Amino acid sequence: MYLPSGNPLMKRSSPHQNLQLTPEGKLRHFLTIEGLNKDILTEILDTAEKFTGISEREVKKVPILRGKVITNLFFETSTRTRTTFELAAKRLSADVLNLNISTSATSKGESLLDTLRNLEAMHTDMFVVRHSESGAAHFMAQQVAPHISVINAGDGRHAHPTQAMLDMFTIRRHKQEFEGLRVAIVGDILHSRVARSQIQALNTLGVTEVRIIAPQTLIPADVRSLGVHVYHDLDAGIKDVDVIIMLRLQKERMSNALLPSEQEYFQLFGLTAKRLKNCKDDLIIMHPGPINRGVEIESQVADGKHSVILQQVSFGIAVRMAVMSITLGNQQGVQR
Amino acid sequence: MKAIHIKNGHLIDPANHIDAATDIYIQHGKIVGIGSKPDNFKPEQTIDANNLIVCPGLIDLNVRIREPGEVHKASLNSEATAAIQAGITTICCPPDTQPIMDTPSVASMIYHRAQRLGYSRVLLIGAATKDLAGQQLSNMRSLMNHHCIALSNANQPIENTLVERRIMEYAKTFGFTLILKPQDTALTDGGCAHEGAVSTRLGLTGIPEAAETVALAKDLALITGTGCKIHFEGISCARSVFMLDQAIKAKLPITAGTPIHQLHLTELDVDGFNSNCHVYPPLRTTNDKTTLRQGINNGTLSVIYSDHQPHENDAKLSPFPSTEPGISGLDTLLSLTIKLVKDHIISMSTAISCLTAGPAKAMNLPYGSLAVGDIADICIFDPDHYATLTRESMQSAGKNSPFIGWELPAQVTHTLLEGKLVFERDTLKVNL
Repeated sequence: MYLPSGNPLMKRSSPHQNLQLTPEGKLRHFLTIEGLNKDILTEILDTAEKFTGISEREVKKVPILRGKVITNLFFETSTRTRTTFELAAKRLSADVLNLNISTSATSKGESLLDTLRNLEAMHTDMFVVRHSESGAAHFMAQQVAPHISVINAGDGRHAHPTQAMLDMFTIRRHKQEFEGLRVAIVGDILHSRVARSQIQALNTLGVTEVRIIAPQTLIPADVRSLGVHVYHDLDAGIKDVDVIIMLRLQKERMSNALLPSEQEYFQLFGLTAKRLKNCKDDLIIMHPGPINRGVEIESQVADGKHSVILQQVSFGIAVRMAVMSITLGNQQGVQR
Repeated sequence: MKAIHIKNGHLIDPANHIDAATDIYIQHGKIVGIGSKPDNFKPEQTIDANNLIVCPGLIDLNVRIREPGEVHKASLNSEATAAIQAGITTICCPPDTQPIMDTPSVASMIYHRAQRLGYSRVLLIGAATKDLAGQQLSNMRSLMNHHCIALSNANQPIENTLVERRIMEYAKTFGFTLILKPQDTALTDGGCAHEGAVSTRLGLTGIPEAAETVALAKDLALITGTGCKIHFEGISCARSVFMLDQAIKAKLPITAGTPIHQLHLTELDVDGFNSNCHVYPPLRTTNDKTTLRQGINNGTLSVIYSDHQPHENDAKLSPFPSTEPGISGLDTLLSLTIKLVKDHIISMSTAISCLTAGPAKAMNLPYGSLAVGDIADICIFDPDHYATLTRESMQSAGKNSPFIGWELPAQVTHTLLEGKLVFERDTLKVNL
């Protein structure tokens, strides 16, 4: 087992080297889309494509990760993400540990690092982590033994890279190419780790334009530095786009004085069939879920012909299988 | 107490406008001669300061010694020893100790322990409000009678404007100095990094510039009304420097300072979730850093301090937002300030002034000056000695520094406290 010798701070990687990559430039952890090139993202999409067939077989399993232990470490509740990660790991024949830490160790005062060390001692090969604080997955990746991979399943407002990749997968399935696409992301960009990862993935894969559409209260500072065009008017923002990604609006945004009411939000930024009157025929509408019907999206649209929301969920399994098999594959031969 | 002759050194004493090769003669803890040897002076000890700079002992206006209450981080012993080796002869401790320094008994306890140790001079800043809660005034007069030199609410903003006004009025009654760190709690909103491109990319809750400037504008308006003498600490924004500049020109009774790390680091250093760069106020933009440096140059900011916050290793070992803020800064205060000189950003005289005469004037202290008759607190250092900062080379118990790995100039060779040689590099001795 890997035990830190001397001072733990000295063990940490320099913040300026790319923590996610092996010295050969291959994916070791999957923490954020930032800093990954188009080849790596394309490799994930291509690998996921191969895995989609497995779900349709009678025996939905391949032995790629047999004998590996994958620990799902969820400090925040999640249904979709956790279950798809679990399914993905099981289809790759790995042993899966599910820990909901919000109800476990940290509530007894154990630090994240101690939790990590304990699970490491149980010979985990991969951590899938969700945490309410930005940087949690980076922190874990800095601390784990060299043979362990960390997959970020969402950290604070920072990143949710597997969600972004399954969205890219969905877009590629429908559009084949990223070049030439205009994509609009509508809603609470400020608090959204999904939006940050999507923006980075779309730009890396070479779409023509990424637009974000929201009132100023839901847009983070200097957002243009991420490579987006900002719109405050939904109709203008979705004009001529090929993809619309709706984000979930959390109820607590009202009490934080970010928005006046759900009604006013829906009036201004809710996606309705009426607003889609002049849209492209092959427009697709996505949503990372869970949906608030009648708040950010009308039921008629969520269930309508442009919607690919449920496909996103099933592609999620293949994409997560791809990320798990690539990262652990790149770790082969690394000394324990 | 020995009569000491410091020869061949280059004296920089901004309080007295001296920047020249001059000998110094010390007796009975005071300066007895500058340049010319007084009659009947017989040196018992001679320090050869050839190629070295001789300046007043440094005064650091914000040093957390973590005692009482947090001795797992550091102690009076460890930090005062570190200070003396860094040429700092006077350290001022803010009131957010545990228990909080809001009663004379806590102040007296810390003072007497520091006296017994006899390293760096430890001065105390009393709490302006009970429990630092910003509601009820502390017994300011009693605190000031018991070794406190000024009052502050440490890192807790005084949210109630009326209470703040009352504090100023009461302090003004007795001529006390108040130290304020302008911060609007509502606008800070639990943030942990500068609101800008980096916090957006990393998904860290941002602290806007307005969190500082709104509070500063409020403070300045209250000073205009009350006439209370204020020292502002923790200035981090360009706009604050402009506001302070105008206020100084309007003759408000204010002084201001910035922690040394704000003059070297920016929001970009937070990248990669570098928890050693987690500080309040947060590291700002390159433009802010440039303007703060200009503020030092034109005298708007007259104090550079360490904002020393030593931590145990665990304090920085969690996801960025939940790490404890602060940098262990005693070891690097002089080196980083002299680095600004070496980088041609400020003059040597300005650098020394911000560490000696500037803070002395802000707190009305009888130190930081080396005229005949003054207390002989002296720092002697080699400005051209470069060394790489390592955990091992840091003397503070806290090793939480983003400057580890930097090659820094200026090594302290001798420190004199009240005419006594308390530290000598060659023998690596802390003399007591």
